[in-house]
Amino acid sequence: MPEQKVVDTDYLLLEAPRERKFITGAQAMAEAVKRANVDMAIAYPITPQSEVMHLVGDLYAQGYLKDYYRAEEEYGTMSAIAGASRAGVRVFTATSGPGLLRGIEAIASWPGHRVPAVLGVLTRVVNAPLSIQPDNIELAYLLHSGIVLLHAENQQDVFDMTLAAFAISEMVDVYIPVAVATEGFFVTHAKGYVEMTPEDMKLPARDPYKAPVPVTDCEVPPARIQRDAPVQKSNFMSYLIHAVWQQEVWASNMRAMKYINKYLGGPIEVVNPEADVFVVASGCAAAQGREAVRYAQQEGLNVGLVKIKSIRPFPAKEVKEALKNAKAVIIPEHNIEGWLSKEVKAAIPNSGIVTDGPRVYGGMTLPVELIMEEIYKALGVKGKQRVVI
Amino acid sequence: MGLKYIQPAPGFKEYLPKDYVDLIDFGPFGKEIDVQYMGQYKEILEEHPMCAGCWMAYFVRVFYAALPNPEDTIVLGTAGCARLALSQAAVPFIYGNYGDTNAVASGLTRALNLRFPDKTKDVVAIAGDGGLMDIGFSMTLHSWFRREKFTTIMVDNEVYGNTGGQESGMSPKGVQLKMAPKGKKFDKIPATELAKLAGCVYVVKLAPTNVKRMAKVIKRAVLAARHFGPTFIHAYTSCNIEYSIPTEEVLKDAREREKKDFGFEEYMTDEVKEFFEEIEKKKEVKK
Repeated sequence: MPEQKVVDTDYLLLEAPRERKFITGAQAMAEAVKRANVDMAIAYPITPQSEVMHLVGDLYAQGYLKDYYRAEEEYGTMSAIAGASRAGVRVFTATSGPGLLRGIEAIASWPGHRVPAVLGVLTRVVNAPLSIQPDNIELAYLLHSGIVLLHAENQQDVFDMTLAAFAISEMVDVYIPVAVATEGFFVTHAKGYVEMTPEDMKLPARDPYKAPVPVTDCEVPPARIQRDAPVQKSNFMSYLIHAVWQQEVWASNMRAMKYINKYLGGPIEVVNPEADVFVVASGCAAAQGREAVRYAQQEGLNVGLVKIKSIRPFPAKEVKEALKNAKAVIIPEHNIEGWLSKEVKAAIPNSGIVTDGPRVYGGMTLPVELIMEEIYKALGVKGKQRVVI
Repeated sequence: MGLKYIQPAPGFKEYLPKDYVDLIDFGPFGKEIDVQYMGQYKEILEEHPMCAGCWMAYFVRVFYAALPNPEDTIVLGTAGCARLALSQAAVPFIYGNYGDTNAVASGLTRALNLRFPDKTKDVVAIAGDGGLMDIGFSMTLHSWFRREKFTTIMVDNEVYGNTGGQESGMSPKGVQLKMAPKGKKFDKIPATELAKLAGCVYVVKLAPTNVKRMAKVIKRAVLAARHFGPTFIHAYTSCNIEYSIPTEEVLKDAREREKKDFGFEEYMTDEVKEFFEEIEKKKEVKK
């Protein structure tokens, strides 16, 4: 392993030179972990995530991380992550579908416990019937947990978002975990070009004393620390304690937006802002939406793309602004429920212009033709005026 | 280092609550106070909302009095009666989620080790029979298999007391409880046997009848975990409410159970035994 030097967070994320590599999404996530000065990672196998934690295990063996182990199962993994983070070290883990759901009691309590951590979510079908294929229904379960949730379109996003996630998670005015999600197999096991910062540079170490809550290490006053006392009396003070704590968790989630603006170029990306019809998508579906916009352009159709990078905090204001002149909105998704569609409809005043779909799930790919069909319908295009795809 | 963080900055002390100042002036931090002086100094646990006559509350009080290094100790608990008292003690306490104590403690202990390789930081998970042997079973056992260096204490009241008296895996066979309307169908889980098989280096089973012995084994469990590996104490801490034990008879009940199925057992590896013998020798030399 090369000797790594600590560089300023802003420098590493915004200015450091980058080198182009052709790697998988799993490799991109591990490469970000390599540059993030992570102290400890905890792994538990599940397809398609395993590849990520194998690679992180290799990083540990090479000396990039100080501790790493394979836990008993995901509930144990996520609980141990909370324990390690409370003691002040920088932690990472990753999971998929059923694993995420098994760990979700612990994950959903991380924000309330105010533990910074980074969680990779490499999406997969949630049973039943059993399948290991990509489908991002699991992200619906994270929407209400208080966790910051970023959704990566491709390998480059995986690298950028994962590296930025460590910085965002530990900001004093955020201090809640950040999840970086991407579609299993489609991104994790496929290669793409990734512009990466130098291998010999890393983020500054976590400073556990730069925190809005005291670290549990018997080094800082007061002696009588209980950061998150169970409140269970049936009186108004108890209700209030829980209520204000949760308000603060969600306010912290909102405050992550300023760092998403700073480090990730904002929560959305708009292609062709003057379009009549917009494809609104996140993750892998955004890549297909991008292709649809390209095809539409070749056919002389005025179609744009709104890619949503941050699912939590949800950029309602930005989405509303981007879609203010849209005549139609098409929302392709990799899940049966259409969680993104619901979010977008709630953010705009004219939700009637939204087409719910196309949706694919269970591991199906999302052919651009499906999105084009909806574009034709929205624009009233008939006949054979179509680019051969 | 713990002692330093307990001391207030000069000039600030007079503005602190009396309770906290008493802890600094008359508390057990940085001193070795024999457990027989309980009641004569400012203890780590004083007021608590547990039931009158609760033997678990008594055990928890003794537990804090026996800690060898309270200023550098972190205690973890989970849902159940014990945490009602644990959360009011003057030692950092972590309440995570259901049955997660030993997983959280694994991460915490490792992280403290990374940050403070040259300092002593004791971690103790103290939870009930439901937390450790039912819902948290796999995390309890796996922390032992992995040889995580912290102490686990099971305060076994043989019932889910805090949720209203349901059967647990540690309830005796045949006992009629909620969710066991026809009586429990299987035996108590052999927790100490499992602990030994799973690699605990120091294992004790006791009924709280002898306060000096309790304090001694709690100290030993913490010290052995610090140096060698996982340690486990299985303490019978009766639920006088769900088992209808008259308040004035909880000690009598503990003595009866001690004779019947909670006789004192202490197991340790040769390595740990040697370690304690060394300590004893040094103490004698001092005298």
